[in-house]
Amino acid sequence: MAKPKIATTSLAGCFGCHMSLLDIDERILALAEIVDFDKSPLDDIKTFTGRCAVGLIEGGCAHEENVEVLRDFRKHCDVLISVGDCAISGGIPAMRNMVPLQECLQEAYVDGPSVHNPAGVPPNDPDIPLMLDKVYPAHEVVKIDYHLPGCPPPADMLWEALVALLNNKPLDLPYELVKYD
Amino acid sequence: MSQTVTLTIDGAKIEGQPGQMILGAAQEAGIYIPRLCHKDGLTPHGSCRVCTVMVNGRPMSACTTPITEGMVVENDTEQISSLRRDLIDMLFVEGNHFCMFCERSGNCELQALAYRFGITAPKYPYMFPDRDVDATHPDIMIDRHRCILCGRCVRSSQEVDGKNVFQFVGRGEEKRVAVNAEAALADTNVDVTDAAIEACPVGAIIKKRVGYVVPIGKRLYDHKPIGSEIEADGAVTAK
Repeated sequence: MAKPKIATTSLAGCFGCHMSLLDIDERILALAEIVDFDKSPLDDIKTFTGRCAVGLIEGGCAHEENVEVLRDFRKHCDVLISVGDCAISGGIPAMRNMVPLQECLQEAYVDGPSVHNPAGVPPNDPDIPLMLDKVYPAHEVVKIDYHLPGCPPPADMLWEALVALLNNKPLDLPYELVKYD
Repeated sequence: MSQTVTLTIDGAKIEGQPGQMILGAAQEAGIYIPRLCHKDGLTPHGSCRVCTVMVNGRPMSACTTPITEGMVVENDTEQISSLRRDLIDMLFVEGNHFCMFCERSGNCELQALAYRFGITAPKYPYMFPDRDVDATHPDIMIDRHRCILCGRCVRSSQEVDGKNVFQFVGRGEEKRVAVNAEAALADTNVDVTDAAIEACPVGAIIKKRVGYVVPIGKRLYDHKPIGSEIEADGAVTAK
């Protein structure tokens, strides 16, 4: 039987959650024994090669490409997990949610004290994904099956969760591991 | 002659003094009833409803309901827990609670309750309200993004400090904690040693220059859930 596949992505995140996944240290060898990595920045596979057992989502949705990728993950993964506070609540990128988008772009690309932008307009190349009105947590865009909070979630938590999931065991995380910081 | 009142909480028979509230009587018997707006020593407020229990089959706030003889109280049931979880969820989504960089993280009662109830994500959509920060005072800051309107600062200032620094203004979504001055916190008679500053259960009123002083792993709720100090020893009074 072929090994189950895992896919991961970082949407509007800082890659800290992926760093935490790498923080399982030598256990990554054991993980590689029982799963194959599909689309993921860890192996640089850009498009899904097939159905995946688990999809790990880091970061919320800040622009249209994030939404596209997230929907693609939902389509290809049996179980989708929000990993980290940004996927769960929007996180640091969501700090712009209290400011209208137009004002954000104006400050970032025109009015900011250190901005050099002779054109005087925010970048509008068609290749740049359009920003959403605000940053959305993953579960407000697609159905998310599990949430693993933390900034980042501890490596032990990610390990325990993946092992439980891949072995069809119930996940009972100790109190110390479930934290929002 | 000392009188006692006998009641049951989740089937366990406990005794209390007449006039005592359910929350206090339970606490003395070593039963923790989750709470946010209640702080021992202050007049009960009954506004957060996190301490809701079933009293003879009706939902009541445990901090404002006096005990009576033969009262039947339900505290730790799935029905009540799910109601409390919803309340905590709502408090999270209606403010801007960025735990990842908040100075209060690890010592925050709202966060600790979410941990205790095993919340990994709120079920309601985030509102991201636009609120303000008052950093005018040299030693104290108000971050209204994190305020849950428990009123503990309002009552502490009046009842413990003998001042009247904080007060609610507005209604519904517009409700917020205002300060008793023309402009801002710096213009009030608040002092950094006031009980009102310590009373904040979240990171809405914080002392400047002492953030992150306790390392991760040594904070109040890093290892034990909120309330476990009450459950561990029936005689202790919670902070």
